[in-house]
Amino acid sequence: MPAFPAAARVALADTQLRHNLAHATRTIRDKRAAVVGEVAQWEALRLAGAAVKESALLDLDRHLEQLEERLTAAGATVHWARDAEEACAVVAAVARAHGVDEVVKVKSMATAEIGLNEALAAEGIAAWETDLAELIVQLGGDLPSHILVPAIHRNRAEIREIFRREMAAAGRPAPDDLTDEPAVLAAAARAHLREKFLRAKVGVSGANFAVAESGTLVVVESEGNGRMCLTLPEVLVSVVGIEKVVPTWEALDPLLRLLPRSSTGERMNPYTSTWSGVTPGDGPQEVHVVLLDAGRTRALADEVGRQALRCIRCSACLNVCPVYERTGGHAYGSVYPGPIGAILNPLMKGVGQAGPEGAQTDSLPYASSLCGACFEVCPVRIDIPSVLVDLRAQVVDAHRGDRGVKGEAVAMRAAAWSFSDARRLAWAERASGVAGRVLTRLGRTTLPGGRRAAGRLPGPGAAWTGARDLPAPPRESFRAWWARTRPTQEDDR
Amino acid sequence: MSAREEVLGRVRAALADVAPQARAAVAPTAPRVPERPHHEVVDLFCERVADYRAVVERCAVDELGDRVAAALAGAARVVVPPGLADVALPPGLTVVVDGEPDVLGAAELDAVDAVVTAARVGIAETGTVVLDHAPDQGRRALTLVPDLHVCVVREEQVVADVPDALPLLDPARPLTWISGPSATSDIELSRVEGVHGPRTLHVLVVADREG
Ligand code: SF4
Repeated sequence: MPAFPAAARVALADTQLRHNLAHATRTIRDKRAAVVGEVAQWEALRLAGAAVKESALLDLDRHLEQLEERLTAAGATVHWARDAEEACAVVAAVARAHGVDEVVKVKSMATAEIGLNEALAAEGIAAWETDLAELIVQLGGDLPSHILVPAIHRNRAEIREIFRREMAAAGRPAPDDLTDEPAVLAAAARAHLREKFLRAKVGVSGANFAVAESGTLVVVESEGNGRMCLTLPEVLVSVVGIEKVVPTWEALDPLLRLLPRSSTGERMNPYTSTWSGVTPGDGPQEVHVVLLDAGRTRALADEVGRQALRCIRCSACLNVCPVYERTGGHAYGSVYPGPIGAILNPLMKGVGQAGPEGAQTDSLPYASSLCGACFEVCPVRIDIPSVLVDLRAQVVDAHRGDRGVKGEAVAMRAAAWSFSDARRLAWAERASGVAGRVLTRLGRTTLPGGRRAAGRLPGPGAAWTGARDLPAPPRESFRAWWARTRPTQEDDR
Repeated sequence: MSAREEVLGRVRAALADVAPQARAAVAPTAPRVPERPHHEVVDLFCERVADYRAVVERCAVDELGDRVAAALAGAARVVVPPGLADVALPPGLTVVVDGEPDVLGAAELDAVDAVVTAARVGIAETGTVVLDHAPDQGRRALTLVPDLHVCVVREEQVVADVPDALPLLDPARPLTWISGPSATSDIELSRVEGVHGPRTLHVLVVADREG
């Protein structure tokens, strides 16, 4: 995966993508705002949600031990995984032990993060995604682009094509009279997947929350595919990030109120399933839980960044982010896109690593305008802008001495030099007035409001203008305008 | 070192900077919705459930049989949980009682048209019905596979908000929280009801016996 700026340039050129994203983020944003507005004490609820998650994290070792004990007492088998490979190996071993060559899956960020489908495929086990959007992405052979609506980059006509082309190879084919009506497409997915649900022996899920006190796992969903995977198979394996722990059953309260409103803009999602281990006579009679680290303890050790582990994956921050809205999820090169991805990936993987993957990770803290909209909407009050700034400092520190001087640093030093002295500033502004006159004349595009703008600048400005239009500076500086329009008040200065 | 010891060791090392008193910090209590008379709570419940495009009807105890019969119009085979005692089912239907004598397999469940159950709690603020899968609600699969779910909620079971519901629910039991029929908005954000769960949810809210 290329670093963010390069990937973003590709995404920016895709007008269809930009259109779909703008429409999706605006729609979800508006729905969210409406239902959040209904809650009288939303801020107090956010504080409670943040506190619940924070208290869970600050005592994580104790909660994890308790969770393990309660799960085991309830008949589940608990596994621990240091990294993705270990977690995948556990799931593969369970599937192999039951002699299956396919499993059905609930959409889960953790299993996407560890590349479970690929790992199972390497063992000859097909992992079927059963969330409609994930099915579209899987059949289409591409990547999710949004946490909540992973196939938002696809139009109904494309989806119809994918279903017609790919469904037959994966099981029940699409009906011959398949149209591109959403209801018809959803019905085709229902028929295609129901066949798989009814025969599935092994289900795989993640969890939104894990209650330490009672050993209860919680999955929040809309379509009922989650219920199918959690209920019908004989065997269930849940891959749970260690940060999903909440201390008590009652502590679910602020989170279950915050999540649906922040995520889909609903008062409550259609289905929430909770279960503790094995229930005789109801649902899977063999239950495994994989407690996954894979970089989470690295993030936990970061005193500023630790708060990112509070994230409940609602995706509200994606929908308000001006950078995400224009580039989409693929540019972030990870299952966690948008503002949360820009901090979670560097925190979990570590900054300053060598090679292209390291460069990609290091580029993410810069994929932000630091406008702060993400912090405003985050239901658990993760201060994403502060973490971004801290991570930028970490990236710079990690690269001290291994690079030439960056253009940005030169520009900042020049700015500091001119701002520190009034005469130098006056000179700089006159120079900018000249630049303004030149750019107004030569600018290639016109911005809304009629201002001329340059395309890509040569030299050190290239990185800045590569993905932006540079507005022409005003022809006249503020000082010049002041002097010209109010000559008699010169003494006031 | 086992993965367990190593992960726990890493967690402890990562938290080395956290003072013991910070660990014990108590979470602020989440705000509650303002108290209101119970009949208003029930009104809100009905309004919010209907908002999810579920069918909602209120009735008296002695009307329940007729309402269930009407809700099941069009269904031929109906499954009920073994403990659904106080709901009379209309004649002329094939009624299968789950677990009497055998529990239904997934394919058998797929062949029935509807299911009738009770509920454990209704949540007004969010328009949610919670099942704890006691004998009057049946196994989880029962309310999942058939295409029509008729759910009987008694008015006294309706509470105002999520924090009122949690203490009434036992985390050791499997629970299913249902807010409207299953739905997706994955295709160009247009909402479609009934992807995998029942396409129709019919909630009957029964008045308290005393009226
Ligand atoms: S960071 Fe906050 S807003 Fe973003 S996905 Fe996580 S919980 Fe939601």
